[in-house]
Amino acid sequence: MENLIEIDNLSFSRSGRTIYDNISMRIPKGKTTAIMGPSGIGKTTMLRLMGGQLLPDSGDIKFKGESIPNMRRTRLFEVRRQMSMLFQSGALFTDMSVFDNIAFPLREHTKLSEDTIATIVKLKLQAVGLRGAAQLMPCELSGGMARRAALARAIALDPELIMYDEPFAGQDPISMGVLVKLIKALNDALQLTSVVVTHDVTEVLTIADYIYILADQKVIGSGTPEEIKNSDSPLVQQFLQGLADGPVPFHYPAGDLQTALLGASC
Amino acid sequence: MLDWIAGIGAANIAKVRSFGRATLMLFGAVIAKPQLVKNVPLTIKQIYVVGVQSLLIIVVSGLFIGMVMALQGYTILVGYGAEGSLGPMVALSLLRELGPVVTALLFAGRAGSALTAEIGLMKATEQLSSLEMMAIDPLRRIIAPRLWAGMISMPMLTLIFSAVGILGGHLVGVDWLGVDSGSYWSIMQSTVEWNKDVMNGIIKSLVFAFVIVWIATYKGYDSVPTSEGISKATTQTVVLSSLAVLGLDFVLTALMFGIE
Ligand SMILES: Nc1ncnc2c1ncn2[C@@H]1O[C@H](COP(=O)(O)OP(=O)(O)O)[C@@H](O)[C@H]1O
Ligand SMILES: [Mg+2]
Repeated sequence: MENLIEIDNLSFSRSGRTIYDNISMRIPKGKTTAIMGPSGIGKTTMLRLMGGQLLPDSGDIKFKGESIPNMRRTRLFEVRRQMSMLFQSGALFTDMSVFDNIAFPLREHTKLSEDTIATIVKLKLQAVGLRGAAQLMPCELSGGMARRAALARAIALDPELIMYDEPFAGQDPISMGVLVKLIKALNDALQLTSVVVTHDVTEVLTIADYIYILADQKVIGSGTPEEIKNSDSPLVQQFLQGLADGPVPFHYPAGDLQTALLGASC
Repeated sequence: MLDWIAGIGAANIAKVRSFGRATLMLFGAVIAKPQLVKNVPLTIKQIYVVGVQSLLIIVVSGLFIGMVMALQGYTILVGYGAEGSLGPMVALSLLRELGPVVTALLFAGRAGSALTAEIGLMKATEQLSSLEMMAIDPLRRIIAPRLWAGMISMPMLTLIFSAVGILGGHLVGVDWLGVDSGSYWSIMQSTVEWNKDVMNGIIKSLVFAFVIVWIATYKGYDSVPTSEGISKATTQTVVLSSLAVLGLDFVLTALMFGIE
């Protein structure tokens, strides 16, 4: 199986706090890979590392065999045209209509005529069920609609890789179902590679081909959904069942509570 | 004691680093090869936002400052029987000092703060990251047009401010207090020099525009992407750019008019 992204011995720290300690992952081509883990573990950070927005302290990230951290800026920008990221907030440009948002990457990166662009935009909007909302402004959309519009923008240039940052967070069950179906359909129809970052266990088990679970600066478990479900690792089981107490600490690293309460220092 | 010295050192290092980042941002935005076809419409849109939308406050302030100056000037000059010099007094103060400086201060408050808040919010809502991931450089796309728009708008706003101020001076000095209209204009014409007074004022306004927009865009671009961080960045923009304008004005005035 060919890998689109290979992460080797990656370490990364931020403001002196280690986020990743020597981890390795593989993102196979044409498949949906899920990266799971509790909030604040560094899932968004991982996507930014893959997109070259952050540089690792050590280790390497390869996209089609080419090292992202060592790329020149111009090359990085070329490579980024093959990837696309759906941000947690959608990140639609608030000063443009939905139509212009989706036309934006096409206008920037292609020399297509406005007619062709309009056709593509309509098709993409149709794919996410928002063709009727083309002329609305982002502030007029509900959260679920904004996320779908952002998804239409993310696939405007037919990328090879699409990274979803918490696509299900804060969605009602219906939008959630719609998004799950969309991600699946896009992956099958366009044969793109998807990376889904999330902490919603049930959704991921239905769409992912392969799953990585992160905790404690490391990969604590990986495998197909079946393997993960049947894993006998207590860490993995704690995460799947959503237990607060277990091997994975629920608290942000801190000193002893008693000392903190009794001590005078702030 | 040692902690205190270390604290001073750390604060200064932080300042120098921040200045370095600001300079890098500036280079990224300006030195990059210009994409005229795309950047011209963006810049024109920004000229509308930072320039045209600042017009009202500039015109109203210019009018009142001209009127107040004529009133103050008249009461002093009339004591020496020199009220005929009211025209050049108003014109020179406006063209050399008040025009560039007050316009810059108003611009920092009106347009600078808005720029910081806008860019800060773009950062907070991941729009800047999103541009980067679309392989579009936010420095070129967002920062550069705003920088150019500021540099183009400010000299015009300054000239408008001074012109309206001179008319305001006429309104009070001539129409109300009875200074001779002919001498208001003719002595002004014979006193004001194009290079020394008008051009120097324009140069000042260009320098101020550059500094204000640089500070405003950098503070937005570098802001902590939370509501608190953006409000802090906006305040810093207004405070820093106002101080920078006043300080630079002294330096520029000394260079332009101080040494004969
Ligand atoms: N700009 C930043 N500066 C410093 N620390 C950050 C920054 N962004 C995120 N972090 C830290 O990195 C960690 C991982 O963040 P993130 O990747 O957003 O987590 P997740 O997406 O898994 O919830 C968090 O603990 C956060 O405190
Ligand atoms: Mg996140």
